[in-house]
Amino acid sequence: MPAAVKAKPIDRRRFLLDAARAAAGCAVAGTLLGAYAGQARALPAEALRPPGALPEGDFLAACIRCGLCVRDCPYDTLALAELGEGPATGTPFFTARDIPCEMCEDIPCVKACPTGALDPALEDIGEANMGIAVLVDRENCLNALGLRCDVCYRVCPVIDEAITLDLTHNERSGHHAMFMPTVHADYCTGCGKCEKSCVLPEAAIKVLPERLARGQLGEHYRLGWEEMQEKGGPVVEGIIDLPDRLPGPGTDNLAAPGGFEPAFKMPGASQ
Amino acid sequence: MSEKTKLPTGAEAVATKGWLGAHKWLLLRRLSQAFFLGIFLIGPWFGLWIVKGNLAGSLTLDTLPLTDPLVLLQSIVARHWPEMTAILGALIVLAAYALIGGRVYCSWVCPINPVTDGAHWLHEKLGVQKGWQPKKSTRYWLLAMLLIVSAATGTVAWEFINPITMLQRGLVFGMGFGWTLVLGVFLFDLFVSRRGWCSHLCPVGAFYGLVGSKALLRVSATNRAACDDCMDCFAVCPEMHVITPALRGKTEETPLILSPDCTNCGRCIDVCSVDVFRFTNRFDKAPAPGRDEAARKSPAQQTRAA
Repeated sequence: MPAAVKAKPIDRRRFLLDAARAAAGCAVAGTLLGAYAGQARALPAEALRPPGALPEGDFLAACIRCGLCVRDCPYDTLALAELGEGPATGTPFFTARDIPCEMCEDIPCVKACPTGALDPALEDIGEANMGIAVLVDRENCLNALGLRCDVCYRVCPVIDEAITLDLTHNERSGHHAMFMPTVHADYCTGCGKCEKSCVLPEAAIKVLPERLARGQLGEHYRLGWEEMQEKGGPVVEGIIDLPDRLPGPGTDNLAAPGGFEPAFKMPGASQ
Repeated sequence: MSEKTKLPTGAEAVATKGWLGAHKWLLLRRLSQAFFLGIFLIGPWFGLWIVKGNLAGSLTLDTLPLTDPLVLLQSIVARHWPEMTAILGALIVLAAYALIGGRVYCSWVCPINPVTDGAHWLHEKLGVQKGWQPKKSTRYWLLAMLLIVSAATGTVAWEFINPITMLQRGLVFGMGFGWTLVLGVFLFDLFVSRRGWCSHLCPVGAFYGLVGSKALLRVSATNRAACDDCMDCFAVCPEMHVITPALRGKTEETPLILSPDCTNCGRCIDVCSVDVFRFTNRFDKAPAPGRDEAARKSPAQQTRAA
């Protein structure tokens, strides 16, 4: 073995080849890891994050999976996701139908978080936004069948604000009322007590993440009646208020000349 | 090499120092590993909440926050600026390991160490060939990779697959299929690559090695003149390249094992029948003469001389 017994102190070719090999190997491994990390970002709809959790993308950058929020939850609501369970492994979540959030006033889970993945700016649990309850089944809901179940409404910690019972006519019987549980997203914290307590074998009201539960108005949309109230007058100065087309005599109702007298006056109808 | 090379590793140390004496640091290390795992487990098991959380982040006695600095570093490169509690916790951990030796984490705390030690034991028992031996730099490449992936995906990327936290979190909070990764590491070390995970790939070890590269606590081959070439220290050392410069150094060269790869596990101290090694600090200037030239003769020369 006369040759290459001792490597040259600086062997550029070998160095570059070794570096290329390592970089290529890391590129492959890194791509796989990145792809897996991307997959893990898809949070199952029934997995809810603790109160104050940053939006999912930021949350996965901020949560170190230490489980201190889980330990300080007095109701064992929170758990760390196990590998293969759905949410990103090691991150905290809860399933409303199993154990809902009890909305502690001192919010111990947020206080326990060392990194701010649960935003310490959340000081009023009423402001929490873990998800939004949706009456997903308006056919099997007992109230929709004309009964007075009302359980979701009764258990709601923000009763009469987050859930109200809206009186509607029961078309089926013709002379009964239906009290439809109606969620108001501005007040709903997504605690999940309604979903937990729904008496049906499969809950008719479910807490969904906001992205699934809500639509979104175009940013340029203005609600005239709100703008008007804010401004204390018509939004556009000097606008001419034309008469509204209404059913009834004396209007330009084309379908029924002579028409009929409406049972009520529309607000703003000037006649 | 001497005749004793052929003896089973550690046999002579057991003969001269007794079994306990030849396993002192190994036993202490296992105790330490059990302690650091147990202190997290007595909370969920017995309701004694001395420590809450896990290795990634914990709170001791409701006052002392500790954070895994590598996990937090990934969080930062993923563009989340953590709250002060986490930063403070990471600084405390960094300071501790910078002082006592970064890879002390690997051999005295990390829960994967007993797994890979077990794999190595079986590896030797079954006489499996050493297999793939990645370059020394590989773990640093992997460390860079996980930081790049964290930055690119905006996630704490390594925590998706990190077998260390997966195992410890699994034991403390619930395992799920986390055991598959641990089994993967075991089988990798057993059949694919001897000491492959801890000594060649693990980016966590690489990180702590960098943290402790100027650490105080070091092993020194102070008594290297007495070395009789039994090679047992090389056989037990998970990072055997760290021994050579210290043990084979000339008188004017330091007997301290200064490589950041050394995990301060102390197995070389245990297994040496002539007590070449001991724990000391990096400023230890005790004279440590190298072996004289006579001892370096080949066995053939020695036989002739006899």
